[in-house]
Amino acid sequence: MNDTSTHSGFLVAEQVCKQFGSQVVLDHIDLSIDKGEAVVIIGQSGTGKSVLLKHFMRLIKPDSGRILIDGQDIADLSFDDLVPVRRRFGMLFQSAALFDSMAVGENVGLGLKEAGEMSRDEIHDAVIEKLEMVGLTDAIEKMPSELSGGMRKRVGLARAIAGNPEILLYDEPTTGLDPITADVINDLIVDLNEKLHVTSVAVTHDMTSAFKIADRIVMLYRGKVEFAGTPDEIRSCDNEVVQQFVSGQADGPIQVR
Amino acid sequence: MVRPIRSLGRQGITLVNAFGGMAILLAQFVYSLRKIHRSLPLIIEQFYQLGVRSLPLILVISIFVGAVSAWQAAYQFKFIGAPLRFLGQAVGKATVIELAPVLSALVYAGRVGAGITAELGTMKVTEQIDALESLGISPVRYLVMPRIVACLIMVPLLVTFANFVAIMGGLVVSVMGVNVSSETFLFGFRDSFKLTDFLAGLTKAGVFGLLIGLVGCYEGFRTTGGAEGVGMSTTTSVVTSSVLILVFNFVFAMILFRL
Repeated sequence: MNDTSTHSGFLVAEQVCKQFGSQVVLDHIDLSIDKGEAVVIIGQSGTGKSVLLKHFMRLIKPDSGRILIDGQDIADLSFDDLVPVRRRFGMLFQSAALFDSMAVGENVGLGLKEAGEMSRDEIHDAVIEKLEMVGLTDAIEKMPSELSGGMRKRVGLARAIAGNPEILLYDEPTTGLDPITADVINDLIVDLNEKLHVTSVAVTHDMTSAFKIADRIVMLYRGKVEFAGTPDEIRSCDNEVVQQFVSGQADGPIQVR
Repeated sequence: MVRPIRSLGRQGITLVNAFGGMAILLAQFVYSLRKIHRSLPLIIEQFYQLGVRSLPLILVISIFVGAVSAWQAAYQFKFIGAPLRFLGQAVGKATVIELAPVLSALVYAGRVGAGITAELGTMKVTEQIDALESLGISPVRYLVMPRIVACLIMVPLLVTFANFVAIMGGLVVSVMGVNVSSETFLFGFRDSFKLTDFLAGLTKAGVFGLLIGLVGCYEGFRTTGGAEGVGMSTTTSVVTSSVLILVFNFVFAMILFRL
């Protein structure tokens, strides 16, 4: 068991196991994230970073173990009971996952519309406000197919923050973007985390992004937490697995299969 | 020797899994109906997408179904020496009981069932279904329920339309190709028409609609991989619903039309 487990955290994964077929993806993972913290999960492709991230919102159900959100175990909640929990979250998906059949404005406002708690005008104002925060007010009428990769991510971000969430999850926020656009997204994430006072968890294998947005970096390796520490601690640690990943070397204990 | 048995066992498990998964989805669909009022705009949109937009295809196949059944019936009548004044009866019965519901459903499975699976499958592999859930929206209520309700209502309506068009197709061939007057053809049709046959055809159509919607959504939701996965799910969806339509049709024949 890793020493990262505390039961007092705001988001807690406790002894979480997940297996797909014969492949063990998460092997008794313990991770605790405090309120207001910005945690980045790093690791090789296929190590279960996104799978762990999706567990926090119960988009994936653990085979065993507990997922605690503000002390509430959500591992076995029904869909209806999960709705209020999920409304506390916003998530930016790897490919942005914008709804193809809807314009940008409809994408951003869909969650608010379906929640049924706001008038049409209030939703419109909220959509404009969030699109302003990501600098895309002009794109409100555009369809997702008309947007560039970076713009799609920004619309995905606007959708994620539309419901004023307490927790933001980012799945590979800079993957597939050029370095400049990636930096724009990183700045946006840092800015949003500060402005909205959210707890955030990001998954990435982009170390530039990780160092820029993290208060704490957690490295997954072979289904377990290999290392957890501040960006400075990860730079100076002597764990060979961590150093190979951070420096991006082909030679080392991590073998590419 | 072991390998074929193992393969058979594996396929058996896959089949049981699929039927179990469809039964669960059906139960979730029924449960989601309690919030049908919140999905009315989505249902109306699907009426248009899955129903109205299928009209041209149903029109074309029904004309030819009616035409060929009149032609073939006339050919058989000639062969056994039966009088052609019974042509209206033969075409009418065959169309209302079997041809319109079954052929419309099969064509509908090819157009709409495939479309549902391809759309939901693409949404699944691009994480759009996860995104819906992350917004606290039930994918069953938002995506599955409107599509199954639309199939359930639109297939019987399309079959009613197909009945009418096929009879007209048969009438045209009878008058122009077989030399039976329209009065004789229509008298024969009216003489043999039974409301219970028509309602039995519509009941079958409703069940076929449910099957097409259910299988289409189920296969879409279990899509994995990229474009290849979507293609495979779409094929499986059409094949499964077509086989189920024919199997259920036989079961209906035994229940509704006892010898």
